[in-house]
Amino acid sequence: MIDTSIDKAAKATPVGLARRIRGLSDRTIAWIFVAPTIFLLLAVNIFPLIWTIRLSFTDFRVNRPNRVVEWVGLRNYERILSDPDIWATMQATAHFLIWTIVLQVLIGFALAFLINKKFKGNDLWTTIIVFPMTLSPAVVGNFWTFLYQPQIGLFNYAVTFFTGADPASFSMIGDVHLAPWAIVIADTWMWTPFVMLICLAGLRSIPDSIYEAAECDRASKWRQFWTITVPMVLPFLMLAVLFRGIENFKMFDLVVQLTGGGPGNTTTLTSIDLKREAFEKWRTGYSSAYAVILFVTVFGLASIYVKALNKVKER
Amino acid sequence: MSFSVTEPSKRTKWLAGILVVGYALITISPLIWIIATGFKSGPDSIAYPPKMIFEPSLEGYVNLFTERTRATQDMLETAGPPKTWYDQIARDQGTVITGPSRYGARFLNSIIIGFGSTALCMLLGTAAAYAFSRFRVPLKDDLLFFILSTRMMPPIAVAIPIFLMFRNLGLNDTHLGMILLYTAVNLSLSVWLLKGFIDEIPIEYEEAALIDGYTRFQAFYKVVLPQAATGIASTAIFCLIFAWNEYAFAVLLTSGTAQTAPPFIPTIIGVGGKDWPAVAAGASIFLVPVMVFTILLRKHLLRGITFGAVRK
Repeated sequence: MIDTSIDKAAKATPVGLARRIRGLSDRTIAWIFVAPTIFLLLAVNIFPLIWTIRLSFTDFRVNRPNRVVEWVGLRNYERILSDPDIWATMQATAHFLIWTIVLQVLIGFALAFLINKKFKGNDLWTTIIVFPMTLSPAVVGNFWTFLYQPQIGLFNYAVTFFTGADPASFSMIGDVHLAPWAIVIADTWMWTPFVMLICLAGLRSIPDSIYEAAECDRASKWRQFWTITVPMVLPFLMLAVLFRGIENFKMFDLVVQLTGGGPGNTTTLTSIDLKREAFEKWRTGYSSAYAVILFVTVFGLASIYVKALNKVKER
Repeated sequence: MSFSVTEPSKRTKWLAGILVVGYALITISPLIWIIATGFKSGPDSIAYPPKMIFEPSLEGYVNLFTERTRATQDMLETAGPPKTWYDQIARDQGTVITGPSRYGARFLNSIIIGFGSTALCMLLGTAAAYAFSRFRVPLKDDLLFFILSTRMMPPIAVAIPIFLMFRNLGLNDTHLGMILLYTAVNLSLSVWLLKGFIDEIPIEYEEAALIDGYTRFQAFYKVVLPQAATGIASTAIFCLIFAWNEYAFAVLLTSGTAQTAPPFIPTIIGVGGKDWPAVAAGASIFLVPVMVFTILLRKHLLRGITFGAVRK
């Protein structure tokens, strides 16, 4: 190897000085850059999670700090899993989850399909359709109670306009049979654009050449739709369902403002029930166990689903 | 125009257009209704059939920003004639203004906490995203998944220990507490999004800068940051929208000094019965900025809502 003057200079420079010239090593910088984020997430997410798990084995109550806290083992879990009220809550959540996803997928996909026909001004109308999605769910939920008012509400008026039913004869949020649908409608109004946007990305990712080839083979439009469009959009659609599923499992703000869980317990989703146990009845230990059960359910369902999604993607 | 088998026919386009515009009009009507109700008078807002055409009134906005009480005869005599236009509007409803409402303060809290958490989140998020994008970080994939998974937890479930923790640290109902909390919640989104944006910048630019004698830090803020500016800006808007809209933590952890607008707006009640124009006015002021942001963001919207999983 030929010793150039630069190499000589480099060798002559002490390590400390060289480091000062080059700045910190990449490894150090990597740690400096990542550490604050990890620290904050540990403090605000993981530490509380561990605390929740610990509390879930006790009968601690926040509103009675001086009481002796007893270790109760798995009793909280047993009580929750054998409580019929909680199963009713789970059913309300499942109803909400399934119907919002079905409606949002159908309407969202249809809209994306239509927008992809590239009519004039489709960009403008897409932006308008997207508006509800970015708004504050609590504020919107609160306002939907106004739209759902019997007699004076815009929603009841629209129903009257199309069906002729008396607008004062039904109350979307006061009736035990209608309230579960009232929250489904409001959520669908709000989140259909989300599914639509993802489907649209899926549709736009399909190259024209595939359709051209199909056209050469004289495949009918119907057949093209089922053998090209649907399978190619499916991974996108499944991703949308994953996001909506997780979000709606956690659903709190929109529904709590819209119905407050009522009438009776018909729209008491798990998050609303959990909030009552934890912050109204102050059964901290019990609600911690409840929270842990919800975590496990979300993580479990989500990871099974992600496996399925990856299989579809590989195909 | 050249003929193409994949180009939809004129008739298809018309039909698609009509259906989409129809849906858009239905979907936008509740929003128009909120904004319109804000400009209605009390009786107009609860009229049957719902009034589509009405005489605009600033009653809702005046009621939103003031505390009022029902005026009695001797109260009106001592107060004398109304001094300002908003005094006049309050008098027309048979009330007198007793002072400003808390809406202004709650709105200001939303701004402080929203912008504060966004700034902090971008500072931490950009640094972490850069490290994840460019360096070999041990357990990188696990850390990235861990960051993402923090978003799956129901807020109410984490709220119990956070409530306890904040109480012990004296952070309950403080701006700082809410800023830290929203920063932590938003970090997952910002790290994932920003990593995607930084991944797209060719590494050669930095290598060139390093050869020219820049240190890593210099290369980071003189080369990478300007290139990632659009990505950083749109990520920041996503964080801002989230912090702006958040309700669950806000309602559980704040009650006074640091309460933001979303838990406050539903509690607005008038003198005798729910004051819908005031609620609508409060909602309008709160929602319209987000609509403007949505328009600014529309190119990156998809990427933001899917944590960068779908890019286009």
